[in-house]
Amino acid sequence: MLKQKKYLALGAVVIVVVLLLSLPTRSTDRLKLAVGSWFLPLFGLASAGQQLPANLADSVLPRRELLKQIDNLRRENQQLRSQSVQSAAIARENDQFRALFNWQRQSPWKLKLANVVMRDPANWWRTVQIDLGSRDGLRENLPVITAAGLVGRVSSVSLTRSQIVLIGDPNCRVSATVENAARDMGVVLASGPLDTSLVQLTYLASSANLKPGQSVVTSGLGGVFPKGIPIGQVVDSRSVEFGLYTEGRVKLNANLGSLEQVWVLFP
Amino acid sequence: MNPFQTILILSAAFLAVFGETVLSAPRAWLGAQIDLLPALMVFAALNAGLTTIAALAIFGGLWLDTFSANPPGISILPLMLVGFPIYLRRDLILRDLPFAQFVLGAAASAAVPALTLLMLLSGSTEPLLGWGTLWQWLVMTAGGAIAAPFIFALMDACNGALGYKLRTEVSFRSDREIRHGRILK
Repeated sequence: MLKQKKYLALGAVVIVVVLLLSLPTRSTDRLKLAVGSWFLPLFGLASAGQQLPANLADSVLPRRELLKQIDNLRRENQQLRSQSVQSAAIARENDQFRALFNWQRQSPWKLKLANVVMRDPANWWRTVQIDLGSRDGLRENLPVITAAGLVGRVSSVSLTRSQIVLIGDPNCRVSATVENAARDMGVVLASGPLDTSLVQLTYLASSANLKPGQSVVTSGLGGVFPKGIPIGQVVDSRSVEFGLYTEGRVKLNANLGSLEQVWVLFP
Repeated sequence: MNPFQTILILSAAFLAVFGETVLSAPRAWLGAQIDLLPALMVFAALNAGLTTIAALAIFGGLWLDTFSANPPGISILPLMLVGFPIYLRRDLILRDLPFAQFVLGAAASAAVPALTLLMLLSGSTEPLLGWGTLWQWLVMTAGGAIAAPFIFALMDACNGALGYKLRTEVSFRSDREIRHGRILK
């Protein structure tokens, strides 16, 4: 009788699992949101704890160091301004050509800064969560970048947080172009679970001429990522499936292992 | 059943899941995140009732899946499948020996990710797998094995400091004591 009771407990757990796994996606998202909200006080404490050393360091930074940083920033600002003037001229020229050839005008993308608040505890996924959600206007499939390059895309959104599936995860496939003479195109896939800095660029034409150091950018195909976002640089390449197609390894520009802040791109 | 122990175990699981999401040092140094829930499940299976074991499996698994790309509920069954056999055979296990805790922690930490991956692969999901997964599995096994004796010590200390102990009956009764020698008046 006692043993039967024990197996009843196991059966109850199995029923709970079956019920949870058979929930529709919308309900599982809501469940995750509800359960995740239990941890909000802890995340508040953690972010306050993270800011404390930075605030302390700021308060004891010597004046000389601050003046040096201001000087460097002024210089960088001047460089960026001159680049901005050049870019504006190029953009004007681009608009004129677009009007000349009757091409659709591109609207500029808006950026929103987000803090990475947590990483996926499971080793078989590459996802992070950021502190922006649907109340900030986020929705699924928005591209996420850093100053260095592409990071991934928004995979699910709750009110205050969003999950980002990083490039290199099996659920984040990116259509990419190699910046060489032939503009070879392929698909960026996961390479392996250990090295987060390497991804696989595959399904390239058998005649693709990949060389180490060539830049890889988004192709704009697929409708998720806009064209021209830097992804990384080619490390090596090889012919696979008896020469049917070529694949190569790409070293990512963005350091996915130490992401702290990212930009979400809004069309 | 001691309800304080259940609360303590669930609180530890809550903090363990939170720690796994915010601390990226093990992943940066070893290439894998260490999961403390299997080692905690070993402690629960050896010291707590079946309700506590089921609660730890359900809540611990659900909390872990909340912050992961896992489908919610996928981590519950592997935790329960590890805790249940240990619970059934716990009278035969020398639970106070650190070596036994180490071995059980290693076995549980090896079994839980393997079972979770098996469940994921049997569904429609496609997790990130490769030769590196073997290394991650070894790190998780070793991490869980090393963590288990520490978890036992910490939980016993918390239980001793904050929980109440059951009053044990002794055979000695002062009113039935046989006194030798003469009674001085």
